[in-house]
Amino acid sequence: MTDIASTEPDLVQLLTPTGDRVADPRYDPRVAHLDADALRAMYRDMVLTRTFDTEATSLQRQGELALFAPALGQEAAQIGSAHALAPQDYVFPSYREHGVLHVRGVDLLDVLSLFRAVDYGGWDPREHNVQLYTLVIGSHTLHATGYAMGVQRDGLVGTGDPTRDTAVIAYFGDGATSQGDTNEALVFASVNEAPLVFFLQNNQWAISEPTTRQSKVPLADRGKGFGVPSVRVDGNDVLACYAVTAEALERARSGGGPTLVEAFTYRMGAHTTSDDPSRYRTSEEEDSWRRRDPIDRMRAYLERIGELPQEFVDALAAEGDAMGVRLRAGVKAMVAPSPSTMFDAVYATPHAGVEADRRWFAEYEAAMSPVAGSSEGSTR
Amino acid sequence: MSTLTVTGTQSRPHAPTTATPQTTTAGAGTQRLTLAKAINLGLGAALEADPTVLLMGEDIGALGGVFRVTDGLQKEFGADRVVDTPLAESGIVGTAIGLALRGYRPVCEIQFDGFVFPAFDQITTQLAKMHYRTRGKLTLPVVIRIPYGGGIGAVEHHSESPEVLFAHTAGLRVVSPANPADAFTMIQEAIACPDPVLFFEPKGRYWDKGDVDLDVAYGTSTGGGLDRARVVRPGRDVTIVAYGPTVATALRAAEAAAAEGRSLEVVDLRSLSPLDTDTVAESVRRTGRCVVVHEAPVQYGTGAEVAARITEACFYHLQAPVLRVGGFQTPYPVARLEHEYLPSVDRLLDAVDRAIAF
Repeated sequence: MTDIASTEPDLVQLLTPTGDRVADPRYDPRVAHLDADALRAMYRDMVLTRTFDTEATSLQRQGELALFAPALGQEAAQIGSAHALAPQDYVFPSYREHGVLHVRGVDLLDVLSLFRAVDYGGWDPREHNVQLYTLVIGSHTLHATGYAMGVQRDGLVGTGDPTRDTAVIAYFGDGATSQGDTNEALVFASVNEAPLVFFLQNNQWAISEPTTRQSKVPLADRGKGFGVPSVRVDGNDVLACYAVTAEALERARSGGGPTLVEAFTYRMGAHTTSDDPSRYRTSEEEDSWRRRDPIDRMRAYLERIGELPQEFVDALAAEGDAMGVRLRAGVKAMVAPSPSTMFDAVYATPHAGVEADRRWFAEYEAAMSPVAGSSEGSTR
Repeated sequence: MSTLTVTGTQSRPHAPTTATPQTTTAGAGTQRLTLAKAINLGLGAALEADPTVLLMGEDIGALGGVFRVTDGLQKEFGADRVVDTPLAESGIVGTAIGLALRGYRPVCEIQFDGFVFPAFDQITTQLAKMHYRTRGKLTLPVVIRIPYGGGIGAVEHHSESPEVLFAHTAGLRVVSPANPADAFTMIQEAIACPDPVLFFEPKGRYWDKGDVDLDVAYGTSTGGGLDRARVVRPGRDVTIVAYGPTVATALRAAEAAAAEGRSLEVVDLRSLSPLDTDTVAESVRRTGRCVVVHEAPVQYGTGAEVAARITEACFYHLQAPVLRVGGFQTPYPVARLEHEYLPSVDRLLDAVDRAIAF
């Protein structure tokens, strides 16, 4: 097969698709401290992210979710970058970063509350330093930039204390690079030297539009015009993704400003469960990328260095099974919130307009209900 | 075990959620100031009282803003707190959201009304909904100042009144001061408010003067609060409902009507979201007639909302339909025609005549 390194020669790569470790003088030191446990942890998180994808897709097919957006194929980009984060770092995800959230400790059932249409995610962004998903493409890159400007003002950049220095990471895709907000974020981050990593997962497809509809140049080249250093990395190589993100985060935390990372990867599945990729791309293309599967690559590497014992594989399979059981039961247990909650938290302080609607609705419900108060939680 | 454990919440070295009442202008007593200067002093008081307050916008630093509303503030508080931003409105509001998420209280200046639309998505889709989407876990204390309205002979896109587009959006508060005293207190109340506030400044009235009590402390409320309308001139025959730039028009009309023996009551709405129906309804129950006046186009405007609410609340007290006076369903015209477009004293009095004759 053709290695991506031959068609995209500027990609940072530490593992070939067949799991061979290749030397890279610049990035080798970034992964030198990773022992077998750390490497297996990355593998484990990639496998569990895929388990989550598979379970969620099934739940959507069974009618338990309204929609689902799988991260299939992007596990290395997400797990590698997320493993490079420090606890105090702050994450602004798009809507497909299930692997990142898993690593940060967000309960993935909360993610499914969004796709079951009973909530907007539900996790407390401050608990794991992970903002809620943003569904409008690119909008959150500006929020990440502003947040990073706040970190600067808090004096948490360049102190030299690794437990205090803080970076922000914004995840977005190839489609988002065409959005004005993403370009404005690059401007604001650049001129303010904000401690921010723009982590671009170029998965080649914005629903049905290939990257050629977004750009005439490699997406990482966009950084140059903004004065933002950029790097292209093999997005299906978890070690390389870890290494380039670690370097970019260190630059941000030390006061070196933003970096644009283009993780060159592939959306192996559909955009969402409502999509049909067979209408716009070939099975040959999908097959060629399947041979670059990021999980296969890491497994081959671990096997090659003799660090994938059967007990670990078995335990991981059991962990995946348990995750599936928990997700299936958890999703089915999620019920629609009480209708009256739609009036909650529109404002932080009482607003007469909302309160008038709340009163009207309560009186209407009471009048329509044969037994006063019994309408709570009912479907009409 | 690879899952990172994040303990506690992120550090917020200076993130008071309740403002400490104090002001640079304390002890200054009551002074006669322009509306622009009153906002300037209100912004200064907020910057002084709360270290998380930041001003952001185009040309607000060394220049002091194109209307000089932020004059001298960058010199006093530094370029990190009075920030000249890149020329990108969506970027201003989008980064303000991020700063608010980190515990800051950004006050954005949109240079002119007609320039707010690049930021419309960030305001209506992101800013307005963030508190709701997080089920109240995160608050977004962002103020967006927008000089609005016409009558200043400007070129296109510099005289518009887009306030209703924001009042229609749940999650935003929309207010507009009509006089210097309100401008001074309302800007501080808006900044202290935990909700996003769209603060519409009647640019045609920037140089109108009025008495301002400068001893009002930051974070405290006067005049019944940011949400409340106020009767600014009592009367018996017709209630005129106005806000922002048209309050002065209404007061002049009331003066002229008084010379003809007609007594007009003028209500300054002050807030469009929420809309203080009670104060308007209480007035209309006494007068039986109501005319709403604003510069924004009449169709689908604030007048329509007021008319609907008053019809519902005061149906049996009404002696005439609620009438509306305002902009036409045209783009804002060239400035040589704007005085035909804008609601004038004469057009307002014509509506009063029709209401009385009905």
